[in-house]
Amino acid sequence: MCSGRVDLDFVLRAFSKGADGVFVGGCWLGECHYVTEGNYDALSMMHLAKKVMEQIGVNPDRLRLEWISASEGMRYAEVMNDFGKKLKEMGPIGEGEGLEKSALKLKFQAVKKLLPFLKLVERERLRVKFKTEEEYSEFYNSPEVDGLIRELIGENLAISQITTLLARNPLSTREIAEVLKLAPTEVGRCLNISARQGLIRYDESQKRYAMA
Amino acid sequence: MDNQIAQKNFIDVLVVGGGISGIQAALDLANTGFKVYLIDKSPAIGGKMSQLDKTFPSNDCSMCIESPKFIECSRHPNIEIMTYTEVDSVKGKAGNFNVTLVKKPRYVIEEKCTGCNICKEYCPAKIADPYNQNISDNKAIHIYFSQAVPLIPYVDPDACLFLKDGSCTICEGVCKPNAIDLHQEPELLNVQVGAIVLAPGFETFDPKLRNDYGYGVIENVVTSLDYERILCSTGPYEGTIRRPSDLKHPEKIAWIQCVGSRQVNPEGGNSYCSAVCCAYTQKQVILTKDHDAGMEATIFHNDVRAFGKDFERFYQRAANLPDVRFIRSYVSIGEENPDNQNVSIRYSTFEDGVKEEEFDLVVLSVGLNPPAGALELAKTFDIELNAHGFCKTNPVNPIETTREGIFISGAFQGPIDIPESVMTASGADALCSQLLSYRRGELSQDRVYPPEKDVSQEEPRVGVFVCLCGANIGRVVDTPGVAEYARSLGNVVYAQESLFACSTDNAQQVADMIKEKGLNRVVMAACTPRTHEPLFRDTCREAGLNPYFYEMANIREHCAWVHSKDKDGATKKAKEIVRMSVARSALLEPLDEIQLPLNKAAVVVGGGVAGMTTALSMANQGFEIYLVEKAGDLGGMARRLYYTMDGVEVQPYLDELVKKVYRHPAIHVATDAVITDVSGYVGSFVTKVQSEGRVKEIRHGAVVIATGAREYQPTEYLYGQNDQVLTQLELEEKIAKGDEQVRGAQSVVMIQCVGCREEGKNYCSRVCCSQSIKNALKLKEANPEMDVYVIYRDMRTYGFKEDFYREAANKDVKFIRYEPTDKPVVEAAMEGGQPIVRVTVTDYVLGQKISIDADLLALAAAVVPSASGQEVAKQFKVALSPDGFFQEAHVKLRPVDFAADGIFLCGLAHYPKHMTETISQAYGAAGRAISLLSKKFITASGAVCEVKDDDCVACGACITACKYDAIELQETSYGKKAVVNPVLCKGDGLCNTKCPTGAVYLKHYTNEEIWSQIDAALPELEEAI
Repeated sequence: MCSGRVDLDFVLRAFSKGADGVFVGGCWLGECHYVTEGNYDALSMMHLAKKVMEQIGVNPDRLRLEWISASEGMRYAEVMNDFGKKLKEMGPIGEGEGLEKSALKLKFQAVKKLLPFLKLVERERLRVKFKTEEEYSEFYNSPEVDGLIRELIGENLAISQITTLLARNPLSTREIAEVLKLAPTEVGRCLNISARQGLIRYDESQKRYAMA
Repeated sequence: MDNQIAQKNFIDVLVVGGGISGIQAALDLANTGFKVYLIDKSPAIGGKMSQLDKTFPSNDCSMCIESPKFIECSRHPNIEIMTYTEVDSVKGKAGNFNVTLVKKPRYVIEEKCTGCNICKEYCPAKIADPYNQNISDNKAIHIYFSQAVPLIPYVDPDACLFLKDGSCTICEGVCKPNAIDLHQEPELLNVQVGAIVLAPGFETFDPKLRNDYGYGVIENVVTSLDYERILCSTGPYEGTIRRPSDLKHPEKIAWIQCVGSRQVNPEGGNSYCSAVCCAYTQKQVILTKDHDAGMEATIFHNDVRAFGKDFERFYQRAANLPDVRFIRSYVSIGEENPDNQNVSIRYSTFEDGVKEEEFDLVVLSVGLNPPAGALELAKTFDIELNAHGFCKTNPVNPIETTREGIFISGAFQGPIDIPESVMTASGADALCSQLLSYRRGELSQDRVYPPEKDVSQEEPRVGVFVCLCGANIGRVVDTPGVAEYARSLGNVVYAQESLFACSTDNAQQVADMIKEKGLNRVVMAACTPRTHEPLFRDTCREAGLNPYFYEMANIREHCAWVHSKDKDGATKKAKEIVRMSVARSALLEPLDEIQLPLNKAAVVVGGGVAGMTTALSMANQGFEIYLVEKAGDLGGMARRLYYTMDGVEVQPYLDELVKKVYRHPAIHVATDAVITDVSGYVGSFVTKVQSEGRVKEIRHGAVVIATGAREYQPTEYLYGQNDQVLTQLELEEKIAKGDEQVRGAQSVVMIQCVGCREEGKNYCSRVCCSQSIKNALKLKEANPEMDVYVIYRDMRTYGFKEDFYREAANKDVKFIRYEPTDKPVVEAAMEGGQPIVRVTVTDYVLGQKISIDADLLALAAAVVPSASGQEVAKQFKVALSPDGFFQEAHVKLRPVDFAADGIFLCGLAHYPKHMTETISQAYGAAGRAISLLSKKFITASGAVCEVKDDDCVACGACITACKYDAIELQETSYGKKAVVNPVLCKGDGLCNTKCPTGAVYLKHYTNEEIWSQIDAALPELEEAI
């Protein structure tokens, strides 16, 4: 199994199950024993995953990707010890971020629903091939990609979170904003879009939004 | 002796000696289609390698990488293992030897013995355990070591009370299967064999013989092989480092190098260098520091000979550890301190003069002797030995003996390390196969497995086997607790512990339990799938279970080894790892391996000595060969060599070789040729070669890469600016051609390590020291009055080449050592109206700078990777090492294979080496390639991708992801769907991550299987959320 086989889904699943950190190890760039070079894909996945984590308020440092060849046992040990130490400093997932466990779970559920969409976004808009890690980092942290992520993922993620939340029980804008730790204006915007798409409706009697 | 000859057996090849070399030879021969007897005089196969703790420079656990090969041998239908067996006589000739074997009485009936070890428990006679170098005790009847193949005890006839005076027959009484027979007699066996491979290995030098360094008198002086056992978890102290006198942990250990080597001593000792001791000492230092970071290590050495691949870095790794001192000094042992049994050592350095220092333990780095009984062996087989008592070999075919049809492999050639022992074994296969190709396949049989049982209708029934790996795991992880925990997990119907899961008796237990408990999934909580998965999968197949129902939980590398100081934590983690594997195992599906066609032709890339030798050998075994050379003519680097140390005239030899290649009807040579494209995979490569303006498409099943190397073009020491400065190869040419510049020279200086052993090229070029000595001797031969100086860092004339170094010193070649921080300085000058090169260097003996005026300065320029290496590596998708040489699959046990199947390696492309070594390796590559090409078909993994039609939306994401063009859209009755060609799929699973609907899935690594592991890793936390 190539590091490129590590699905964004695996990473998010581990976090949603309560893992405090996820580590992905791969062959050094340019040292693929085949022609797959899936480690470049792993690198892209890592950046995308971190962006998604940022969007839902989870510390992106909880995900770590390192290149370690089969002969670098010592380095592997050093990296793992260091990662373990850093994770301890961050505290348990959710707690370290000031997120309630239920909110955290909700956020990951929302992301999960978006996974097929995320894969399409990655394929259509983020399919790049650079030579170096710096170029990947630069690309993913460029204003364009930031904007794209906010626009495509952030909004959809918010909607996804809202609909996941509303599926449980109707809520007001303010209540939603509190649970999801989002700005009320942002929540309002997403509610409007969702309502236009016919996903949700405003229940006049309860003065709350509910699933359509 | 019972003179009745039991039976007449016809076999193809007899392999004498069951160490790693004999084992590899037997396996390669058997896989090439020959029927083999593998005999060993000791009670089990394994040889010296089985006694080692770890192997340099990768520090792999020695037994762990060797023991799977024991089982492979024992299961191979074409190998019969006969231990405790020796050769009595050899008659006849190549192709038809008549060999009489003597099976010594082990006093145990092999067919009846179950290996239960009860006899040993009851045996009252204690002996010093030979496997543990007599440091710990064993019994007169015992199994040689836990993973022994065959797993059958033997009786030490000198210690057995019955055999001494008939006073005890306890073992007979306690043996339930009645397998003890204390009246056994030697048994004679007559075999008719086509060829013989001698792999008797070596003996370690015994310092007791001359009472060297107090060994045998002072308790805390041990040999390096003793220490190897002391380090080992299956050793006398179960892997805790102790010293013999009081079992205390030694805090201060000294190693003394070159014990029994590099000395001319009328009372014994060997003049040659044993070639392996420098590296094994560094290994022992690193391992000891791993055990105990505070230990102080001191290594008293002569030259540090780190001449092998990655050895230089390994040396640096050892030297850079804290509290490790490498001291260049001869030493003498003072005495044992009566108060604390410490040992004092006297040594001297240029800086500080004579010193005396006390150590807790002293390790003697003993050299390699010829195998015990080499003289009788030579007599029995009617072969000649060399002056050192090793086998006399042909420098242009070091695998041949002086008798046709008898070949050698391994350290009987001379002191060599494991990779060379393995490659010569494969080379012996090639040479036997050349001799016997007409009968290949006639006596051999295919492996037959029982029919696979259909478990598709059954609920998962998981069996968990928790391996102790001797003490490797058992010492850290509470294995009974892990087994107990495993029993509590869902789907687990059976769990047990195993002392060594990879031993033959455990394999039998696993097979028995599969049947008895109706297991349909097997989880082995043990070591790594890298080395052991094939073995355990095979065990499943033997018991009628699809091999993909096997799952490995690595509780050694991932747990016991890294958490050795936290036993509770390690046990908890082991349970979690087992829980994950059990969860995954329930979802495993039976998979079919794919049989792919096998093209019998081979391409050899590179037409130097390596490429030509391998091509000829393969062609002589009946295979079609395409030899591709980028230059206009064959010959490669050897075109620049004229003579070797052992007296080979290179050019006539080369001309003859080239002629043979061109004349061989099965070899197709393309010169001025460029490979433009490579596609395909093992068994069916397609390589496009452009030569003479045309592009030819070659279809072939295997490739040997032999692209060679080149000489570094120095930029230092005025090279290229002054015509008195040459490289050693240029000097060799001038010497051979009687050039005036050489004949007129009165003073020649040689500088070693030019362009290597430094930043950027951090390796030793291996050949240059010997190359300089060779040229120095030639110069002295032509003009004994000539002043020849060699300015060096470490003279690395390893093995028998040491004799030439000594000869040079005796002929007054002067050797001056320099440090890399204080390199010699070279300037052009005029002296007496003549242009000279002035070399200024610090002489450490005199303690001052000296200047030498030279007529010629010869630079030992590094051997650097060939320019085409990178391109070839990319085309064939194989790896290069950090230094730019090709990277073999495993440094020890797969030295001529690549990680990618069907591609092999030999010659300088692998690493710098002497011509004789290149030839050995070329035969090795031929042997490995032919053992592949002799197969009927290629078996590919069943772990490939497939598409769930219903979920596929034909978006094409998988197709763009696949680098092997293994997926295409096909029209179906439900519209277009992606379809995977399993033959092309390499199972990387990249497409899985791109598919938005999860329609494409990698078998054996499906989302569900991986989710199950993730979920099982974090079940408690999940509830918390």
